[in-house]
Amino acid sequence: MKNLIILGAGTSGTMMANHLVSKLPKQEWNITIVDQYKTHYYQPGFLFLPFDIYKEQDVKKEGKKFIPKGVNYIQKKIEKILPKENKVQLENETIPYDLLIVATGSKIAPQETEGMNGPNWHKNIFDFYTYEGSLALRNKLRDWKGGKLVIHITEMPIKCPVAPLEFAFLADTYFRKKGMRDKVDITYVTPLSGAFTKPKATAALHYLLEEKGIKEVIDFNIDRVDYENNKIIDYADTEVEYDLLVTTPTNMGDDLIKRSEMGDQLNFIPTNKATLQSLENENIFVIGDASNIPASKAGSVAHFEAEILTENIQNYIKGKELKEEFDGHANCFIETGNGKALLIDFNYEQEPVQGSFPFAAIGPLSLLKESKLNHMGKLAFRWIYWNMLIKGIPIPFVTAKMTKKGKQITI
Amino acid sequence: MEKMLAEKPVNVNEEGYLLEFAQWDKDIANAIAVEEKVELRDDHWKAIEWIQSEFKKDSPLSIRGIKNSGALNIKEFYELFPGGPLKKASKIAGIPKPKSCI
Ligand SMILES: Cc1cc2nc3c(=O)[nH]c(=O)nc-3n(C[C@H](O)[C@H](O)[C@H](O)COP(=O)(O)OP(=O)(O)OC[C@H]3O[C@@H](n4cnc5c(N)ncnc54)[C@H](O)[C@@H]3O)c2cc1C
Repeated sequence: MKNLIILGAGTSGTMMANHLVSKLPKQEWNITIVDQYKTHYYQPGFLFLPFDIYKEQDVKKEGKKFIPKGVNYIQKKIEKILPKENKVQLENETIPYDLLIVATGSKIAPQETEGMNGPNWHKNIFDFYTYEGSLALRNKLRDWKGGKLVIHITEMPIKCPVAPLEFAFLADTYFRKKGMRDKVDITYVTPLSGAFTKPKATAALHYLLEEKGIKEVIDFNIDRVDYENNKIIDYADTEVEYDLLVTTPTNMGDDLIKRSEMGDQLNFIPTNKATLQSLENENIFVIGDASNIPASKAGSVAHFEAEILTENIQNYIKGKELKEEFDGHANCFIETGNGKALLIDFNYEQEPVQGSFPFAAIGPLSLLKESKLNHMGKLAFRWIYWNMLIKGIPIPFVTAKMTKKGKQITI
Repeated sequence: MEKMLAEKPVNVNEEGYLLEFAQWDKDIANAIAVEEKVELRDDHWKAIEWIQSEFKKDSPLSIRGIKNSGALNIKEFYELFPGGPLKKASKIAGIPKPKSCI
């Protein structure tokens, strides 16, 4: 018998277990999946939890329920990958593999910025990228009296790069509904050259910030948080004061990647961006947020990757050439507040443009334009996630490779 | 769009960033530097070379990353490329401006 091990039972790992269980011959292959936690979180829901749009039970379920029969599930911490020995070291056992899929994701690292997770962490400095952070922020917002709300990104890359901007839009709606928008000053602080950086999106969407009265501080590269005086300071000595700081800390791969000496500076694994094979070890593949490929770190991206990786795992086993198919396809709903959302569809080469999706000219969803229907799409994504996406059930009409049909592309 | 830099035609975007790294050379870097009002000295070249080597490895560039790598001193980096050091240095080095997905 041969062993295929999947590390991480989040979005990507769970999808791969569901795809591969029916594709690999049972007499030849054992499939094992390892994760440290019992709970599987629906991370996109962490955006809605602080505003009381979702409740705790909407964003978490028992992970094991989504692992198919025929796949061996181990709930343990992974210590280390030993790529030279083809082994994985867990808490108190070591297991051998013939083929390894790394799907250990990425997580926030507030300790990377001086003063961030000091005594005021989760008091008036919050993240919403973790379940704990998002929940603590909800409790804070419920009886916050107003003041300077600063929404901040530490550095790129972060998962779901638009989530902080969506947070700013939803905060505007939230405080308006509470009748206290005039008491809250919202500022969006980014290390990039704007809230939007691609020309077409900037042209189509910059009005959103103006309309909602959200201030923008750009090119801000944070050096430290001065938590005693409630301000963030960048390397050029620019200061931004806050009463409530909602930050997205540096995102990094898990420490296990560092312990295994397999990652780059941010513990992401160097990976072939078209085949998803790791650059160092031919029997190790990487999917989702754990890799260093220049695609967005998003569940929708992982979904497209999973289709191509499933084929490539089979190709690899049969000794066939790997398909160089992954094009960086991403497809994201972006909440803009007031019950509306945008939809963007793009890949390595093509920036988001206007048009309709998934059917050319018909839609029904419009690209790069606010609509109520897109908002319904974003909320429906939660149902699709739990019931189709992680179970590996194909989503009708949405293909792994991006289509240019229905898009207003000018060259 | 096409632009003449150091008497050579190169493809740039609306903001003057090179679209094809292969078209970059030191004369072009000097020409962009003049537009950015930066005079390139040895320290600038060291920074540019380091940034290009990271770009070739597909490593995302950030100021904190540069600080942690120990390759460049951040205060000096700001002095070398006043204003937006990462933006200016990237432009002169012929690599794309750091950007998000939208
Ligand atoms: C606030 C927020 C909003 C988002 N919104 C969207 C959205 O609207 N649309 C979208 O498509 N995506 C969105 N995302 C991104 C999406 O959730 C992630 O891209 C996706 O979950 C990545 O899947 P993954 O399997 O690579 O990683 P994860 O789902 O994070 O899974 C990694 C797993 O590995 C396990 N693991 C890691 N290290 C170890 C170890 N040492 N031992 C044992 N187990 C380990 C973890 O416990 C975890 O279960 C959002 C994310 C956040 C935080």
